[in-house]
Amino acid sequence: MLRQALGKIAQTLVVLFFVSVASFGLLKLAPGDPIQIMLGSEYSQESYEQLTAQLGLDQPFLAQYADWALRFVQGDWGTSYVARTDIYTYAFKEALPVTLTLASFSLAFAILIGVPLGVISAVKKDTAFDAGSAVLALTGTAFPSFLLGILLIWFFAVKLQLFPVMGYISPWQDFWGGIYHMILPGLTLSTYFIAMITRLTRATLIEVMEQPYIAAARARGEPSWRVIWVHGVRNIAMPLVTILGLQLGTLLQGTVLTETVFNLPGIGQMLTSAVLGREYMVVQAGVMMTATLFIGVNLLVDLSYPFLDPRLRARK
Amino acid sequence: MSLPSSDAAIPPLPRAKAPRGRRSMFLRRPFFTVALIVAAAYVLAATFAPHVAPFDPVKQDFMAMMQGPSLVHPLGTDSYGQDILSRVIYGARYALIIGIFSVLIGAAGGLVIGLAAGLSGGWLEWALMRLIDSILALPSLILAVAFIAILGQGVDKVVVAVGLSMIGPFARTVRADVMQVRVQLFIEAAQLMSIPYLRVVWRHVLPNVIFPLAVQVTIRVSEAILVSSSLSFLGIGVTPPTPDWGLMIAEGRDFVSFAPWMSAMPGFALALLLIALSIVGDGIREEFDPKLRRGA
Repeated sequence: MLRQALGKIAQTLVVLFFVSVASFGLLKLAPGDPIQIMLGSEYSQESYEQLTAQLGLDQPFLAQYADWALRFVQGDWGTSYVARTDIYTYAFKEALPVTLTLASFSLAFAILIGVPLGVISAVKKDTAFDAGSAVLALTGTAFPSFLLGILLIWFFAVKLQLFPVMGYISPWQDFWGGIYHMILPGLTLSTYFIAMITRLTRATLIEVMEQPYIAAARARGEPSWRVIWVHGVRNIAMPLVTILGLQLGTLLQGTVLTETVFNLPGIGQMLTSAVLGREYMVVQAGVMMTATLFIGVNLLVDLSYPFLDPRLRARK
Repeated sequence: MSLPSSDAAIPPLPRAKAPRGRRSMFLRRPFFTVALIVAAAYVLAATFAPHVAPFDPVKQDFMAMMQGPSLVHPLGTDSYGQDILSRVIYGARYALIIGIFSVLIGAAGGLVIGLAAGLSGGWLEWALMRLIDSILALPSLILAVAFIAILGQGVDKVVVAVGLSMIGPFARTVRADVMQVRVQLFIEAAQLMSIPYLRVVWRHVLPNVIFPLAVQVTIRVSEAILVSSSLSFLGIGVTPPTPDWGLMIAEGRDFVSFAPWMSAMPGFALALLLIALSIVGDGIREEFDPKLRRGA
């Protein structure tokens, strides 16, 4: 098992290496010569070469990459000219927490609503409830989240004036204020996941309920709720965690859109303004953070299987 | 998939099923049929946009700004006095063109990488797999944002950026299909007959990979449309005054408190198309995907 885990970690590191080379290449592919931009319109060949050497741009690609990677790991991500800050502070300390707060809030929402909906649909298979939640699930997975967000703003914030239209308060500073500002964005982002988790829970639980250990639990005379919620639901944990890990990318790209709808200062807004301002180093930071998060979470998912399913432990 | 003659393996499949199978498919799947009709209506509206649209989609009329739905403007007008119905109809053009072409780019790229990964072995295969993994480590929208950062904005740039961002999932499915095909008996037989390797790939592997890929293409058109309109919604995709749905939704966002139709109308047009396409995609996958068909 340890051997397998080490193999997984090695694979992950290679993927991370590829991603980092690609996002370093992003800077190289970006239009415009950085030296020319720095020097302005008038410069001598001598000063051009001097600055090139000073910035290490005359080095081979891999040497430049190694230099960049070393600085990146140390938190030296360059300076953003539009936001007028150090990119590490801007991206990692300011934007990322907003995105993570929104993402974890939506995920909690999705699990708390999606799993019970799926369980009830599975237990009441082929009833009106099941059909209704199937239609909702289909609509939920196909409905564009940014439209849903605008509709929610229109209905709950403008018409009913129940929630703030937009803005962000960190739940770490003002817990209830933060939650209050997160409800509409969280609902917007989690709709897709509620739908997906409902579908998945229903499909998996129907299969689980046909297993012999469920029949055995029933034969022992355990109450129906215990059979379903303890013996049944426990066994959907693994597929659920797998799918959630793989869908983390969808969650992150959903936050990009939701942040724009609700004016939350997260990675989404950072990336959009960076693209408009042609700040490739900020785009690079965003790409690296997203990819590292995705790769890291999926490594954790892979490593968590033996803890979720005792059968995987026993076999070794 | 284990048909005796691989040359004839894939093309006859749909044809052989067609006379009885196809008609019954529409009757068996009423939702699929309705969704297909809806999607066809979008294609027709997009094709004949100049004849269907009551107004010029980019003609500004400052006497008719932000009017609610009325008889003259059934879906209302936007903040420049442009007719929203006409813009929605022309928007279908952009959505479908961007969706279809970017999926084709993604499928072509995925086919090349997937074939290479599936056919090669040893360290090269391992490296290609990690390459696919690293493309898949970035969600398609964020990948598309990165490509847009390099390429710039515009319809053609959006097509390329969305297309490139979709290579990962296509490559993965192509590789999985290649892995299944290359251990088949007819491949071994062809190799024993000392047919040149590239010919075996061309005549025997490729046809068995293309059909599932075509199914994937139809399924993923809706994803491409969603990503491209998301880019426009973020304000970094198609540039104004192009009648693009994502752009229209974004423009209406600032006026949501007193002119909600500005975002809602193009939004519902997009949502309806996406729902219809996903039902059509599910139907096609369940009917034609060999993996699901075998299970059924």
